[in-house]
Amino acid sequence: MTETLDAPTQVGASNADKGVARTGARRTSWTPAWVAYLQAAPIALVFLLFFILPLIATFVVSFWNYTEYSIEPAFALTNYQDVFYGCFSGSSGLCTTFATYLSTLKFVAIVWAMTLAIGFTIAYFLAFHIRTLPMQIALFMVCTIPFWTSNVIRMISWIPLLGRNGLVNEMLLATGLIDRPLEWLLYSDFAVSLALIHLYTLFMVVPIFNSMMRIDRSLIEAAYDAGASGWQTLTNVIIPLVKPGILIGSIFVVTIVTGDYLTIGIMGGQQIASVGKVIQTQINFLQFPIAAANAIVLLAVVLVTIWGMLRLVDIRKEL
Amino acid sequence: MAVASVGANDACPEGHALPNRAADLELAAITKAYGETIAVDRVSLKIPAGTYCCLLGPSGCGKSSTLRMIAGHEFISDGDVMIGDTVVNDLPPAKRGTAMMFQSYALFPHLSVRENVAFSLKMAGAAKAERLKRADDLLALVDMTRYGDRLPAQLSGGQQQRVALARALVTNPTVLLLDEPLSALDPFLRIRMRAELKRYQREFGISFIHVTHSQEEAMALADMVVVMNDGRIEQVGSPREVFNAPKTVFVAKFMGGHNVVPEGGKSYAVRADRIKLARPGEAGAKATVTDVEYQGMTVHVALTREDGTDLLVTLAETEFDRAPVSVGDTVSVGWQPADRHELAA
Repeated sequence: MTETLDAPTQVGASNADKGVARTGARRTSWTPAWVAYLQAAPIALVFLLFFILPLIATFVVSFWNYTEYSIEPAFALTNYQDVFYGCFSGSSGLCTTFATYLSTLKFVAIVWAMTLAIGFTIAYFLAFHIRTLPMQIALFMVCTIPFWTSNVIRMISWIPLLGRNGLVNEMLLATGLIDRPLEWLLYSDFAVSLALIHLYTLFMVVPIFNSMMRIDRSLIEAAYDAGASGWQTLTNVIIPLVKPGILIGSIFVVTIVTGDYLTIGIMGGQQIASVGKVIQTQINFLQFPIAAANAIVLLAVVLVTIWGMLRLVDIRKEL
Repeated sequence: MAVASVGANDACPEGHALPNRAADLELAAITKAYGETIAVDRVSLKIPAGTYCCLLGPSGCGKSSTLRMIAGHEFISDGDVMIGDTVVNDLPPAKRGTAMMFQSYALFPHLSVRENVAFSLKMAGAAKAERLKRADDLLALVDMTRYGDRLPAQLSGGQQQRVALARALVTNPTVLLLDEPLSALDPFLRIRMRAELKRYQREFGISFIHVTHSQEEAMALADMVVVMNDGRIEQVGSPREVFNAPKTVFVAKFMGGHNVVPEGGKSYAVRADRIKLARPGEAGAKATVTDVEYQGMTVHVALTREDGTDLLVTLAETEFDRAPVSVGDTVSVGWQPADRHELAA
């Protein structure tokens, strides 16, 4: 080795080469290679048992036959035909499935737009108007802590507010703004949208805030130096740079709302259709194969949506 | 300097030359206070048009705050900033005719090089074709035409700096403000980009105000060095004036290459290369060699005089070889009275 250090001659160099060859050229660590697999094993196992296997089971069952009292293994497409019954017959009016998806899509659109607007505003305020880190953390906790309670509790707590004799109606009556209670406050599209927005805005706030915190503050100064107004800075610098965060938040909100049945059920007074609700009803009647087929269709719809969204924005740099 | 800058403008008639909008800059007792702390304390300074001015000082001396007040990125607590005949205290950066080049360049990562350069024109509402044309002109000026479609992340540090320079110059500023522009570069590139900055300043004929903590950088670049400490100006002058005639102990120490020697209750600065060593017994004070450092062209000899004063002597290699000393040797040390320079504090 001293030889190589003192004079990098041919001999020294070739010795060094041999040394490298002996220990294996691609070696980068002293830990045996299998240790890495061992470290990844627990989560892989959980993933396999509780995600991959149930998914495969659902997929398989979606092709089975069922009657009112039995479920039989088979390979039949009848379940899928039933899901789309009347959809492609050309008859006037939408089939049940399309109508249900359309209703769900309406909620997705409303909730996505509102959570984005509110979430972006909150994230912007936290990231750019709050100057000190402790204050940022404190306010962030204020946003987060309500989420330590159950979804259902946060949902149900709207009922005393929005009901026919709820706080909102009583207040509006008392101030004389209305002369009889508003009926559309509860068990309505409005109630469903309100509850969904309330429940899922945080899913927008977190990734957008995260993206915003990564923006180098000197970029904002550079924009100001270049004569950009606040609005111009927002549209030309901040929004393009937080696109990945917006996308991640959007994926959360869109997938959750597409599959939601609990909120739509409770806040819609069990009167509003949703895909999740359809699946739940079928499961209650032990019609597992058709429920599975519906679930697979829903999964396909969600995956296609995510794929489409991912094509719009490159989120790799955010991961 | 004004003469030189006019000449430089005449020298580039290819049509890309920036119109000479150079203007004098004057700071009148500007002050920056953060609550109780005074970051900049009544700084007054006049920078003639077309000057390369370096604000030099250790971190926390107020040089960056001063620059940011000139730029309009920091409110002025007291005093006035004048550019030309206008008091610009309450104007936003784009209205001041200043442009700033940021420490890490602050190029917009989502925009191409061309769009980065055209950014301020876009903000001002210029049509797309017009602003991209102008951006291309500036990219040609800094020799970056080939990289117009790249993203900043695909450029090297030196290339990013050129783009940042082009972006800053696109609006024809009267004063360019540079906040430690070379600190993000590796040492070799730093020296190359330093030469480029100086060349562009000469070509454009506008004032560059450059904040740095490196006295080497300031001496290499500046027409005018402003040494700052504790929010105040310690000394203003050409690099030669500041180096050869430091006014205060702080300046002498910060510029380096000086020994601060107390004599008869006063402090004197003596340049390290003006101190003479001789064999013990000859004229001069007795001193002990505490360290010898070989530096290539020179040799640094550290001494402790009998009265306890530490001295640093820089000898040319040949001079050292004529009478080599080693640690522990006793020598006689002295200097010409003319090489001794009295300090204020």
